[in-house]
Amino acid sequence: MFYRENGQFKSTYASDQQMLPILQDRAFMLGLLVLAIGAAPFVVSDYVFLSLLIPFLILALAAIGLNLLVGYCGQISIGHAAFMAVGAYAAYNLALRIPQLNFLVVLVLSGLIAAAVGILFGVPSLRIKGLYLAVATLAAQFFMDWLFARVKWFTNYSSSGSVSTAPIEMFGWTVDTPAEKYLFLLGVLIVLTLVAKNLVRSHIGREWMAMRDMDVAAEVIGIRPVYAKLTAFAVSAFYCGIAGALWGFVHLGAWEPLAFNLTVSLNLLFMIIIGGMGSLLGSFFGAAFIVALPIILDQVPLWLGVPISTAMASHLASMIFGALIVFFLVVEPHGLARLWAIGKEKLRLWPFPH
Amino acid sequence: MKKHLPVLTLGAVLLIGLALPLATGASPAGFYVEVLLGGLMAGVLYSLVALGFALIFKASGVFNFAQGAMVLFAALSVARLAEQMPLWVAILAGTVIMVVLAWLIERLVLRPLVNQEGVALLMATLGVTYFLDGFGQTVWGSDIYKIDLGIAKEPVMILDKIFQGGILVNKEDFVAALVAAALVAGLVLFFQKTATGRALRAVADDHQAAQSIGIPLNRIWVIVWSVAGFVALVAGVIWGSQLGVQFSLSQVALKALPVVILGGFTSIAGAIVGGLVIGVGEKMAEVFLGPILVKAFDLAGGGIENWFAYVLALLFLLVRPEGLFGEKNIDRV
Amino acid sequence: MKQGAKYAVLAASFAVAAAFGSTAALAQAKKAEAPAAKGGGEQFFPVLSYRTGAYAPNGIPFANGYVDYLKLINARDGGINGVKVVFEECETGYATDKGVECYERLKGKGSTGATAFHPLSTGITFAVTDKSFADKIPIITTGYGRADSVDGTVFGWNFPLGGTYWDAADMLVQHVGKKEGGLDKLKGKKIALVYHDSPYGKEPIALLQERARMHGYELLLLPVTHPGVEQKATWLQIRQQRPDYVFLWGWGVMNSTAIKEAVATGYPREKMYGVWWSGAEPDVTPAGDGAKGYSSLVFFAPAGQGQVHKDMIKYVYDKGQGAGKKEEVGEVLYNRGMAAAMVTVEAVRKAQVKYGKKPLKGEEVRWGLENLSIDDAAIKKLGFTGFMTPVSTSCVNHAGEAQATIHSWDGKKWNVQPGVYHADNSIIKPMIRSSAEKYAAEKKLTKRDCAKEAG
Repeated sequence: MFYRENGQFKSTYASDQQMLPILQDRAFMLGLLVLAIGAAPFVVSDYVFLSLLIPFLILALAAIGLNLLVGYCGQISIGHAAFMAVGAYAAYNLALRIPQLNFLVVLVLSGLIAAAVGILFGVPSLRIKGLYLAVATLAAQFFMDWLFARVKWFTNYSSSGSVSTAPIEMFGWTVDTPAEKYLFLLGVLIVLTLVAKNLVRSHIGREWMAMRDMDVAAEVIGIRPVYAKLTAFAVSAFYCGIAGALWGFVHLGAWEPLAFNLTVSLNLLFMIIIGGMGSLLGSFFGAAFIVALPIILDQVPLWLGVPISTAMASHLASMIFGALIVFFLVVEPHGLARLWAIGKEKLRLWPFPH
Repeated sequence: MKKHLPVLTLGAVLLIGLALPLATGASPAGFYVEVLLGGLMAGVLYSLVALGFALIFKASGVFNFAQGAMVLFAALSVARLAEQMPLWVAILAGTVIMVVLAWLIERLVLRPLVNQEGVALLMATLGVTYFLDGFGQTVWGSDIYKIDLGIAKEPVMILDKIFQGGILVNKEDFVAALVAAALVAGLVLFFQKTATGRALRAVADDHQAAQSIGIPLNRIWVIVWSVAGFVALVAGVIWGSQLGVQFSLSQVALKALPVVILGGFTSIAGAIVGGLVIGVGEKMAEVFLGPILVKAFDLAGGGIENWFAYVLALLFLLVRPEGLFGEKNIDRV
Repeated sequence: MKQGAKYAVLAASFAVAAAFGSTAALAQAKKAEAPAAKGGGEQFFPVLSYRTGAYAPNGIPFANGYVDYLKLINARDGGINGVKVVFEECETGYATDKGVECYERLKGKGSTGATAFHPLSTGITFAVTDKSFADKIPIITTGYGRADSVDGTVFGWNFPLGGTYWDAADMLVQHVGKKEGGLDKLKGKKIALVYHDSPYGKEPIALLQERARMHGYELLLLPVTHPGVEQKATWLQIRQQRPDYVFLWGWGVMNSTAIKEAVATGYPREKMYGVWWSGAEPDVTPAGDGAKGYSSLVFFAPAGQGQVHKDMIKYVYDKGQGAGKKEEVGEVLYNRGMAAAMVTVEAVRKAQVKYGKKPLKGEEVRWGLENLSIDDAAIKKLGFTGFMTPVSTSCVNHAGEAQATIHSWDGKKWNVQPGVYHADNSIIKPMIRSSAEKYAAEKKLTKRDCAKEAG
């Protein structure tokens, strides 16, 4: 009754092609943005910023990156944390060796470097696909792990292999309080999400989806697989590179090569599976889910007054995680985003039964 | 001949690389043989895990990421049970546990996902991995546990007439190799001679055709996963006796992935050959190539064996996408 | 059925979303509700531990020792001068990002915030050090952490009590020098460092290279990747290079694997020396008899039982409150956990002298940590005789004087060898100074003025 497009007529092509054609959707999004930008910095505690919102924003960005490759273009990658590592170390080296650069420029440059590396590791996808490609991307993961641990130049010859960064400074604004970090990340995420959404709706996005659905047929009708696959890898690595740089600079502050290991890659993959492959909204849902779940699992026993050892809590988290993944795959393979879409569909009729 | 040129070139490059340390005299012959043997033994261990992968993929088309977790779970069960009962009883009990586990996985995970694409099944087995990791540690604990096969751990020097100083070999490694050989022989016999084995091969060829002639698909899958579970048990016992049984064991099993890539996902022979190639390649690269790279690029230490196996598999994939013994994939529009 | 299941999942997902929101809300509420304590009150001790994963075999006994000592303080003494000790564990799995998350979650808990953090991982230490300046909470890294954090003027909140890895490496070199008959006899020898490929393992390299320059031995660096179970190639290389000594800088499963591989390749365990984190029962028992002759450094606490252990059994274990098994009381890592808890408690006690017998903030506890002087008499009073070495800190020196002994495994127990080693400050102090200056420059920090702060 309340959520429908009755009475909303479009008279221009522009209004017909907009991202959120339904008025209620636009209102909801506006309200959400107002809350997120205007209200949250004043209301939310530091702890929630640092342990929930900041990781969520950065991982959502990385999940968008991976979703572009796996969900939209259909190329499996279980080594994407490697590109996050490339972005992080590129940003570190740029900020260290060319300190005059504005941090936003550093971010974009590190994203571009990650994109270049992404193209390099995307080359095998031209020959192999499916599970074989997945294992080939593992080569990227382990090679990057090794590269950043061994080639001393990347860590500025640090004896411990660990690097640390000063708080971000740009345009005279030092981003050091949790609320400021949150706002900065939110800004970056909004911009990049808009870019991603437009990419996906453009001809590049359609080429990707064609490659995903039926790559042989796509080639037959004239879509160049080299172009499509490599751009997918490049854009995906760009997003993950920026996410990696933000993860290192804003969230961790100091990191070592192990910070971007296989576990992170698998987490990214789970995010998009649970959130919904081929859906930008799904990336957000998945990231929120993965970030919140361990904390919920840690806190719930305390609320229920049932004390369990930290080891038990950790094992329980692992088990519930695994079980939930299987559960989601069985019940709703298209993830939370599909459930959201179903919910919206039902909402169109509510409260009427049909 | 021309069609096979890339593979032959790669093979030639690798063989030259393999012979180089010996040819240039950079290392004494005895040590070279030791590294070779070490590589072969490591390869045998990888093959044991890869066998499980190949079996399951062959019969059900599922890439079982959880094989490593199964190896760990089996090893933990045997190790902990062996604290209460004689080892052979523990191994029997472990086999029962793995069969039950196989049945549960087939029932709860595979059957509901029967028509999904490969990615979904892969993710489901990833979920099973996480579950087994947590469950195994909850039930059996996170400490390091021992599996004592009663074989002496001290090395033995042999062939000291031919090579100066002799060659260092380990009895445990030989036992592992023998066990692996026996297992492979047993599996081959099982597949070729028994009715169930023939049914498994039929299912691997074509699910629908097999179903149409009356082969019960679900039961076959339970059998396959049980056999894979038993293979995981053997792998777990051998690995565990060498390295100690602890959570980290499941991550070492990841190395078996390049092995199945190299050998071809559906081939048992490929798992063996791939394992040996990867094992030898890895150890040789680490011991002989590593120091060269360290000096050339001023690296902070070697450790190239972490990625060498994957890069090797990748190179093979580029020249022969289906692996050494795998089946060629033909795509149709 | 499918439809129903989908509704169920939809409802469940919204429940999860609601939980997400309410977690946030509750987390805030919990922070706000902290009551102001009068008189008695509670001192909150966060405990970062790892009871799962590849490092659990070593993490579990340490954590048990730590929390058991805190329970002992409550049970036997009624708290620290009447202020009860409250603690909460957080599982880090030795992972840096989880460690940071635990740090953030626990730093504000309790009426006055966290007392001090023991990260139990050099990697986490690196990450958390940067935050400590803003949060004003001490980071105590007994026998690990950043080697340059001894300098309290730069690292105002780090306390590597008992010694750092540069001290450890130095003392090992002194020991093998002594075995050879003099440090000059090391010329031409080969020493291999088998180390965990992480900040922990890489920390001693700088000092070992410095000593190599001084004495002319060849240093062979052999990193082992996490988790450390694959060492076949490493030990093949050792067999090829035949070093005279092998220094083991491992943790968790890596230690026992190294000893097993040494057995398998026939390297004499008598020539292997582990750092003080590579010489505990979980490291040698998996190798069985093969570990006989293996030695390692010991700082603070060797294996064994003393007066404090008797108290522990009486007040904690006999009442069924023990965190681990009774047989493990007195193991190397358990004792070290106890010692770590003890120095924290003593620092609080010292700080209470200045700030009063009430729950103290991290800043106030830091004063206690900087003015810590635990001498032999104090050690005896605490029941730690034989299981603790004197600690005396100041604003400039946050570690005190490092000293260690060597103990060897005979197949059944550890035997402490005679001879005490002290780190050679003439070599180490300049290294600390230059490294700390580099850090201060990188982070644009102003060094503390100790004289001004004391005055």
